[in-house]
Amino acid sequence: MNDRILITVTVNGAPHEREVEPRLLLVQFIREELGLTGTHIGCDTSYCGACTVLLNDLPIKSCTMLAVQADGYEVRTVEGLEKDGKLHAVQDAFSEHHALQCGYCTPGMLMSACHLLETNARPTDLEIRKSIQGNLCRCTGYSNIIKAIASAADKIQEVSGQEVAGGNPV
Amino acid sequence: MTWVGKSLQRKEDGRLIRGQGLFADDEHSDSMLHLYILRSPYAHARIASIDVSAAQALPGVACVLTGSDIKEQCVPYMQLGPAPCDKIVDLPLATDKVIFQGEPVAAVAADSAAIAMDAGLLIEVEYEMLDAVVDPEEALEDKILLHEAAATNRTYHDVFEYGEVDKAFSDAAHVVKINRLHFHRFASTPVENNACTAEWNQRGDLDFLCNNSFAGFSMQLLAPSLRLPVEKLRIRSYDIGGSFGVKIWNYVYMALAALASRKCGGRKVKWSETRTEHLQGSGHGNERTFLDTEVALDKDGVITAIKSRHIDDCGAYPRYEPLGCIIWAQVLPATYGVRNFRIDFTQTVTNKCPVVPNRGYSRMQHLWFMERIVDICAHELAIPADEMRLKNYIREFPYETPNGCIYDSGNYPAMLEKAKQMIDWDGWKQKQIEAREQGRLLGIGIGTTLDSGTNNFGQAQIMNPNLPFSGNSEVCIICLDLDGSVVVSLGTGPSGQGHETTTSQVVADELNIDPSMITVRTGFDSAWNAFSGHSGTYASQFAVSGLSAVYGACQKLKAQMRQLAGFMLKADAAELEFGVGEEGPQLSVKGTDKSINYWFMSNLVNSNNALLDDSLADVTLNVRHVYRPPFEVPDTEKKFGNLTLTYAAQLHIAVVEIDTDTCRPNILAYAAIDDCGKVINPQIVNGQVAGGTAHGIGAVLMESFDYDEVGNLLTATFSDYCPLTVMNMPDVQYGSIETPSPFSYNGAKGMGEGGGAPLHTLSAAIQDALYAEGIIVTDSHHSAPRVFERLRAPNREATVSVESRRVGAQ
Ligand code: FES
Ligand code: FES
Repeated sequence: MNDRILITVTVNGAPHEREVEPRLLLVQFIREELGLTGTHIGCDTSYCGACTVLLNDLPIKSCTMLAVQADGYEVRTVEGLEKDGKLHAVQDAFSEHHALQCGYCTPGMLMSACHLLETNARPTDLEIRKSIQGNLCRCTGYSNIIKAIASAADKIQEVSGQEVAGGNPV
Repeated sequence: MTWVGKSLQRKEDGRLIRGQGLFADDEHSDSMLHLYILRSPYAHARIASIDVSAAQALPGVACVLTGSDIKEQCVPYMQLGPAPCDKIVDLPLATDKVIFQGEPVAAVAADSAAIAMDAGLLIEVEYEMLDAVVDPEEALEDKILLHEAAATNRTYHDVFEYGEVDKAFSDAAHVVKINRLHFHRFASTPVENNACTAEWNQRGDLDFLCNNSFAGFSMQLLAPSLRLPVEKLRIRSYDIGGSFGVKIWNYVYMALAALASRKCGGRKVKWSETRTEHLQGSGHGNERTFLDTEVALDKDGVITAIKSRHIDDCGAYPRYEPLGCIIWAQVLPATYGVRNFRIDFTQTVTNKCPVVPNRGYSRMQHLWFMERIVDICAHELAIPADEMRLKNYIREFPYETPNGCIYDSGNYPAMLEKAKQMIDWDGWKQKQIEAREQGRLLGIGIGTTLDSGTNNFGQAQIMNPNLPFSGNSEVCIICLDLDGSVVVSLGTGPSGQGHETTTSQVVADELNIDPSMITVRTGFDSAWNAFSGHSGTYASQFAVSGLSAVYGACQKLKAQMRQLAGFMLKADAAELEFGVGEEGPQLSVKGTDKSINYWFMSNLVNSNNALLDDSLADVTLNVRHVYRPPFEVPDTEKKFGNLTLTYAAQLHIAVVEIDTDTCRPNILAYAAIDDCGKVINPQIVNGQVAGGTAHGIGAVLMESFDYDEVGNLLTATFSDYCPLTVMNMPDVQYGSIETPSPFSYNGAKGMGEGGGAPLHTLSAAIQDALYAEGIIVTDSHHSAPRVFERLRAPNREATVSVESRRVGAQ
């Protein structure tokens, strides 16, 4: 049980090398080893999605994966969404549309939403719902979350449209 | 610029959308210990022996706690109820026997959570199984006793009688009898579980970082149980990941982290509950059964009297109970003008998880009962559901209920009208006719409900006249800090309700500055922030109790600021204006360029006071205000008095179709109208309304704590309990009306609990869909399997009877 295993996981762009117990969950690795406590834990049956992170760009429940399984992978967490002091469009939209109350589900929601917007520029209402079907929110009743994600999609479209119009390389 | 009434974007969001909130489980250090709690797999068993030697020997284990440590070191938690509740022994760990599945029996602190759990599983507990009782009526037979010293399972019994019940029944044109209704067991299950870190140092100071949501109250029970003066106890919380009342009672187990810390020489100990532990052993909502209900009505369908027998099931330990046996009486007649009541109210313990005050606490159960009555009577007397409500609604405000509560304001007919328009009532009525012709089961239901806010703790004395609680309060401290910044602290410890934002709105209006210029400290902190013994976030009390404290503190601060500025600027107080100048927030003399900014004012009081004279001796620019609502102790004999200050109302209408293949109720349309008086921040209020609506819908369609006959919880994981996800949440149309409360300074009413509106509404809609099938909706839970069972066994004849006579015939 104490035979530790050396792993390297890249989190938000920075590689982290650690010796970990084989039974350590990825979410525990993120929270306790790396101190990135934005990723939360809400259940023990992979239901709530509070622990959602992106693993090589795919949303996963980090409570349902061992840290050793993430060896060599790239992980993105909520802490990596803000770039150069600028919030991700979906972060802004969550605040603007009051898509969070206690904020406990929010990091997981943001990561699921982020994946949706990276793979589907114009999601329908149903596609938005499906993207967060594995993320439980007890506070908001979901409708503002749906609105926020839709509005972030519009924003991203607008901005990329402007960049194209401005002649930026696509 | 006025800030109150605007949807100011929340101050809390900045940290939360970056993942920078500080939740109780976020504190981590390599030196801290982790607590594992070993829990009983049985609902009722004697603990014959516990062997912890193997656990203790495991490397990395710092200490093990069992019942014998606890017996030595803890005083049982104070019981709120009258005799025989005082005989109930409630401790953080079971000592001689366990009385619910999930009850803690031992705890291990170790270097890591994994080692603690390994050690916990090495503890050998020998149990002698006892028969369990999970049915409340059976529990009241006292054949199986949970608390033997109390000699009964009954924790409360009394009769609430008002008006002339017998006369009303003898005068009645119709008497409708309903033999049984049942409000099921569920809870709002916040996504964040209970958690804390505790550090009980060698000097005897105990510090908690936790997510308790009613800390002002909890401290008063926790400190004596640990034999500590309150002053030695520091309770802190920052961000709380939802509570909905459930986190009021986590201190029962926080004590274990504290005791482990002390046993380990003062090392910090963290306790993080797992979800299964939360569902089995944290807290459920009150389950209630309503028996032998009789309703008297006049010839027009106006309800004149109700008598009934209610049995509340509080699970294994009363804890906050039997307060729930009184709290429902805040809304005795619901939204209706009934004047005559006889409610025989009993509460019992059972071998199930203890209950806690869950969103809508105790009033929701009673409001559901009242709505079922109104709805069933309407069907039985063939009165349309909307007309039935209109015949019975209270219309004049302020309205004194038969038990002395004062409904401050409201307009239920206007809410009904608005909801009907919003959902297209007439259109759906037409569609319903067509659907029925096609053999489809489509129903339309109305639910009217109340969210009573800022309660009078004096009602506790109706239950137990010896309890030292009455009135209500909240505290605010506001000061100009050394650099002149405006800093506000509160005792509320919110869990997502945006108190930092709404407080800033109120202060910004009072000081005529921008909300961004105000710092409202996050969370609860008994050493650092303001608080009183009523402080916390519960019972819809912030908009009135909390903000009245903020407003009052602002008035005190402003008076001092005027005095100081008047002295320095040689001006009359009346000539002074609050505002923002080139050097930030300031007071200035109207029509001149004379001004003094906050920095200088603070400097004068704190570091530069030789410039001041004696007339300013009381100016501190650091003021504390306690808001105290105008309550009296109720008449405990007559059970009469004002139990709550404000009454927000909700009116929902739903259209539901039962899928005839799967028996699943599908929500086709849903409209929700809210009235919480004057709104401070519409976006936050709408968020609360939507959240409360989701909880109710989840409870109706999916969520239920189901026990088998020996007390095993069958829905002990999220995958079994199935909280409402986005895929099950229908689109809801929201609307509002505004009837300002005459009893709050700002016209606001406490809100946020939502009165369980969807439970009433969906039960009514399902009733409407199934009435023609000979079915009476007698339960609040309507998952597909339950509807399936009901459809197979029509119950109308066995459940309801109507006696009608011609009035004046005798
Ligand atoms: S913690 Fe609930 S799904 Fe991972
Ligand atoms: S905001 Fe609280 S759980 Fe989603």
